[in-house]
Amino acid sequence: MTDLITAIAAIVLGPLATFGLYALLNFLINLLPTDKVREAVRPYVFIGPVLLLIGVLLVYPTVQSMVFSFMNADSTEFIGFENYIKLFSDPVFLTTVGTNLLWVAVVPITTIVVGLFIASLTDKLGTVRERIFKSIIFMPMAISFVAASSIWRLNYQWDAGDTQIGMLNAFVKAIGGTPIAWMQTDTLALNSLLIMVIVIWANAGFAMTLLSAAIKAVPEETTEAAALDGATGAQAFFQIVLPQIWGTVVSVFITVLISSMKIFDVIWGMTGGNFNTNVLGVDFFLQYFVYNDTGKATAVVVLLMLAIIPVMYYQVRSYRKQEEIR
Amino acid sequence: MRNNVLLQKLRDWRVGTTLVMLFVAVMWLLPTIGLFVTAFREKTASVESGWWTAILDPFNTVWTTAAFEDVLFSENWNLAQSFMNTLAVSVPATILPITFAAFAAYGFTFLNFKFKEGWFGVIIALMIVPLQAVIVAVLQMFVAIDEWLLTIPGNEYGDFHLSGEYPAGWIVHSAFAMPLAVYILRNYMMTLPMALIEAARIDGASHFQIFWRLVVPMSVPALASFAIFQFLWVWNDYFIAFMFVGNHSVMTYQLLSMLGQHGEGWQIVMAGCLISIVVPLAVFFGLQRYFVRGLTAGSVK
Repeated sequence: MTDLITAIAAIVLGPLATFGLYALLNFLINLLPTDKVREAVRPYVFIGPVLLLIGVLLVYPTVQSMVFSFMNADSTEFIGFENYIKLFSDPVFLTTVGTNLLWVAVVPITTIVVGLFIASLTDKLGTVRERIFKSIIFMPMAISFVAASSIWRLNYQWDAGDTQIGMLNAFVKAIGGTPIAWMQTDTLALNSLLIMVIVIWANAGFAMTLLSAAIKAVPEETTEAAALDGATGAQAFFQIVLPQIWGTVVSVFITVLISSMKIFDVIWGMTGGNFNTNVLGVDFFLQYFVYNDTGKATAVVVLLMLAIIPVMYYQVRSYRKQEEIR
Repeated sequence: MRNNVLLQKLRDWRVGTTLVMLFVAVMWLLPTIGLFVTAFREKTASVESGWWTAILDPFNTVWTTAAFEDVLFSENWNLAQSFMNTLAVSVPATILPITFAAFAAYGFTFLNFKFKEGWFGVIIALMIVPLQAVIVAVLQMFVAIDEWLLTIPGNEYGDFHLSGEYPAGWIVHSAFAMPLAVYILRNYMMTLPMALIEAARIDGASHFQIFWRLVVPMSVPALASFAIFQFLWVWNDYFIAFMFVGNHSVMTYQLLSMLGQHGEGWQIVMAGCLISIVVPLAVFFGLQRYFVRGLTAGSVK
């Protein structure tokens, strides 16, 4: 009961405190002597709290992590590049990097292809059918990775006995195969690939939505002209539609690419990073919470960030270009 | 002749495309159907036979809501409490960042100050920071704050502390939402009619008044889109809640522990899962249009 009261008090008081903060800052500024001083300080009432918030909670901790990555396990002395050298001479870590690269190689391209496929098919249907199909594909996007993991753990379940309650193994058995403990099987990275299926299942709706909007923006005259010239559906799609939505394709690709580089939650839910499904994002948690090695843990994160920076730079630059065109 | 008419009709209805999409949609839904069915089964049935056997023979299956009663109110799971805890994390962690970001976006759109573009660039660039990069230092920072709080008279036993409490989660969630929120809201505010704001200035309205009375009401579409996006993000979050709000277990945390000990039967896990996705699905189906719009604008996250 007290917990309930705490929860309700939290919901009410939290936002109130924030509004109060801004009202107070505004009140203080009005106490300042001249108009000129007030106007010079006022912008910082508007942006100050945000700068403080991200300075303390994003910038400082990130810099701190970089520093820790050059220190020993309990951050008591500097050891230069030793953490990085240790990581890269450890075959287990190299496997982790390899798995992460596999994610980057498989997930973005597959998500785009599936998203494009669904977007172009639903585009040809009537409004009602289009809306229903799109909602179904999009729905997994709304649920948490823990919920998705629960759903798919049952799906991939393997039972020692004769009956299989997991859908995949029941299917394998029905077509005469031998049921497999999917999540423990790392031959050809099978378990990692099956976890990727979950992410594609969850993210295809995102790709579909953006790509579908782009397809609808393609001028009809261009596709009609192609049809008059006798182009087949496929020809029209690849030669007329695709070039016109290429900007969106690239932008969705990069968004999914970045999230594949950072992927960790669904792996945490499915295998906890065991059975060679480990990636950089999960490895941080293992190094920090399981092996208590702050140095290596932060080194892993720094490597992850170094990998993301060029991609993000490209993304932001292409955004800027699009804004200029507008 | 008749055959041709029929063929033409089939083509008009796009029967082929519809069938292909129907197949895709069923494949997409199957895992979720399994979730719904399993949650209403008995324990022994849920671990001894596939969920499809229940659907294929619905009248000989015992359907029960026992699993829901168990996960919602039993000592063991108490998801009813976790539901409230999740709300206590999510609602402020949605309102706070939007308030902060709206103020900042106003500053970046309508006010002039030194290094304006530079500051804005820095905020946007922080989108690259993954959660893992800040965990070590932020956890240490919160511990240091708690130690400092101990020195306050009357708080010798640390009754008043930050680590593991709701505000810790709000702060971290707010910080992570900030780059995207400021970006989206400023882009939106730039499209507002500048003349209207200048007219209000000439009439003697202060920036604070213009913000509350003009800009916030006009920005409702953007604010709503981001609010939905952020709410779902926080509601579905596991890691920030787990690391910073440890004293109040949220639903994703409970669900993951159920998953860890599914010896209790799959019906328990699936009932818990179903309860945890009720709110996201309601938000999603109820506000799909806003959600999609927010997603389109926020495709960077």
